[in-house]
Amino acid sequence: MGVNLDGAIEEFADEVGDVDPVTITGAGTRGGPIGGARAVGAPTGIDWIQPAEMTIRCGAGTPVDDVQAALAEHGQCVAIPAGGTIGGALAVGRSGIRRLGWGPMRDTVLQTRYVSSAGSVVKAGGPTVKNVSGFDLCRLLVGSYGTLGFLADVILRTRPGPTRERWFTSDRDPWDLLVELYRPTSVLWNGATTWVVLDGHPTDVDDQVRRAGLSETGGPPLLPPHRSSMAPGALVDLRAEAPESFMAEIGVGVVHRSVAMPRVPPSSEVLELHRRIKCEFDPAGRLNPGLDVLAG
Amino acid sequence: MTIDAAPRSTEPDRAAVAMVERLRSVLRPDQVRDTPTELHLYRHDASNLAGRASVVCFAETTADVQAVVGVANQFGVPFVARGSGTGLAGGAVPTDGAIVVSTTKMNRILSVDAVNRLAWVEPGVLNLDVSNQIAHLGVHFAPDPSSQQTCSIGGNVANNSGGPHCLADGVTSAHIHAVEVVLPDGSVTVLGGEDPEPAGYDLRGVFVGSEGMFGVATRICVKLMQNPPDVATMLLDFADVADGAQLVSDIIADGIVPAAVEMMDQLCLQAVEKFIHAGLPVHQAAALLIEVVGEPAGVAAQVDRIRELAGVRQVGTIRVAADDVERALLWKGRKSAFGAIARIKPNYYLHDTVVPRHRLPEVLEQVYEIAARHDLLVLNVFHAGDGNLHPLLVFDAREPGVVDRVHAAGDEIVRVSVAAGGVLSGEHGIGLEKRDLMPLMFSEIDLAAQGALRRAFDPMLLSNPDKVLPSPAGCGDIHSVPEGAWV
Repeated sequence: MGVNLDGAIEEFADEVGDVDPVTITGAGTRGGPIGGARAVGAPTGIDWIQPAEMTIRCGAGTPVDDVQAALAEHGQCVAIPAGGTIGGALAVGRSGIRRLGWGPMRDTVLQTRYVSSAGSVVKAGGPTVKNVSGFDLCRLLVGSYGTLGFLADVILRTRPGPTRERWFTSDRDPWDLLVELYRPTSVLWNGATTWVVLDGHPTDVDDQVRRAGLSETGGPPLLPPHRSSMAPGALVDLRAEAPESFMAEIGVGVVHRSVAMPRVPPSSEVLELHRRIKCEFDPAGRLNPGLDVLAG
Repeated sequence: MTIDAAPRSTEPDRAAVAMVERLRSVLRPDQVRDTPTELHLYRHDASNLAGRASVVCFAETTADVQAVVGVANQFGVPFVARGSGTGLAGGAVPTDGAIVVSTTKMNRILSVDAVNRLAWVEPGVLNLDVSNQIAHLGVHFAPDPSSQQTCSIGGNVANNSGGPHCLADGVTSAHIHAVEVVLPDGSVTVLGGEDPEPAGYDLRGVFVGSEGMFGVATRICVKLMQNPPDVATMLLDFADVADGAQLVSDIIADGIVPAAVEMMDQLCLQAVEKFIHAGLPVHQAAALLIEVVGEPAGVAAQVDRIRELAGVRQVGTIRVAADDVERALLWKGRKSAFGAIARIKPNYYLHDTVVPRHRLPEVLEQVYEIAARHDLLVLNVFHAGDGNLHPLLVFDAREPGVVDRVHAAGDEIVRVSVAAGGVLSGEHGIGLEKRDLMPLMFSEIDLAAQGALRRAFDPMLLSNPDKVLPSPAGCGDIHSVPEGAWV
């Protein structure tokens, strides 16, 4: 704790520089560096945790698991899925299986300093849990795969728990459970079995379990490696597919499968916005060169 | 105060006449209004700033908005989208003779999916109408600005609006899945989607809170939240404002995130009590209105724990609303504070800054000191849970020199908030009001990055120009707010 992030960020900016192709890598768990470009890594370490503010500041290169372990000492966590680095998770932008209850990962980022394609340190957002001062560059950077700037540090919003979380299974229809249960953290369904995560006062959880007829289980199911994204209302179409060939996040729309699914192509207007944004933020195309965020 | 001081000839210029004629041909003539009375009405929003509109168009469909934006491009004239006009930062004030595009007639709820908890609405739908019309389905739209009876969802999207119940559930950005927009070049597309991970950049995320500068929202997919099975609404009062402010941090540090934590100080309690007769603790320095929601055992345990924590902070009385009627009365007190204030003085200026929660006691003290030094009355009624201050400076504008003092005090309040590690605005936005204060938070490099995003959406800088970004970062012909203008 209390690492000198400001100094490390300046060094990181110098390392990124303003010429030649450059790529960023963290732990390599979500893709790793682009070939043929000079590789850099973001600063690491936790600067501070403010439990009463429910915020934490850390280098983007800090391992997610280190951040969660440090927050757990205060009975808190951050809605970022396990493994790899904070910066890697944010750059890829994929939320975890608790998105139904915890909201998307992008909403955890309050402020970031990133290094631009010109090698400058740029601040986006603000340190407080509520802020509408200027345009929301934090949202732009989450899920941008390092094509617009390299995250150097972040201030994240934390949440309580999950000290009382419990996993359950049921053979009931997942949409019936989605309607009946009060704010489950997650509802997963593979066409045959429904998994449910409940969190809260033990009496309340026990009451819900009794009413809904759930069976306690040890933890989450295994997730197939490929993910696709559907409107949550369209997940009912999965009833036509072979049971246990997928794992769907009910009420959210993420579907995990053993095979990759083709993406819905974006509109020409969205394509043009992507081209213009990339052109404004990285006119020479030197940041993670060749990476196509729309291929995701 | 008019911010566009350009000399106006008594003869409308020929291009303007041609533009209005063109608008009347692409819309129905009755949708295009330019009588002096209408232009006067649409010069301003709920802020104290006014500009100049050349014409007001009442759009009824996406195609209408697209047609107006097309004409704006054809004539090279800026346009400003406007919902209910309740914005407090001048975000909907037309500058430079802009075309005002009113979305108030686009006010339908298009579809509701209560199972997957999302709805498509038009931008002119009023915030409270959404929750009222779907209440029977057991769901609601969480962001609840104090103006929720009159503000529109389109305006909420533009400003990334908050409200008391955003403490636990997040501000508007967390409740928007997708936005159909007319982009500044007149093309139409959907940003984001009902699906959770649309490919590419989070364009939905950057559009929300872009204050009308990235295009015009014409259909919005909102997230709906389950209504809680149990609610407890508590009113706690304190002899010392600092004790109440400190309790807010104590509660959060204890792992409790209530649905709402609001604070009202003594002047505010007294004004509201005269207005609603709710038995408020008018002799105490401050009161906290705290709401916890969820299932019964969890709610009861949180109420008990808050009582314990409050005891440590010398709480006076703790009142827990006995039923929905009492709960509604307490909330009416909070949400009608701004109306009640008219009983003290005829004018008020409402500020909106955020500070880290643990700095609330000292910053509140500074706010009182600043007001006293400028010989002004200040009332505080605000979202204490997220450190979102709303100092209300009340005054009588007929009193000579008072407006200058209000301006000076407001400027100081913003500066002490930022100096305490806070931000310029928590939920009202930057607009014109705080545009020139952006350098307090952002360097030129930071602002240039925001300007770059703006240019990517609007290379011609036609969509609500002159807002948010101070001159150098805008890379355009940005007007300065004239000296003496009351912002």
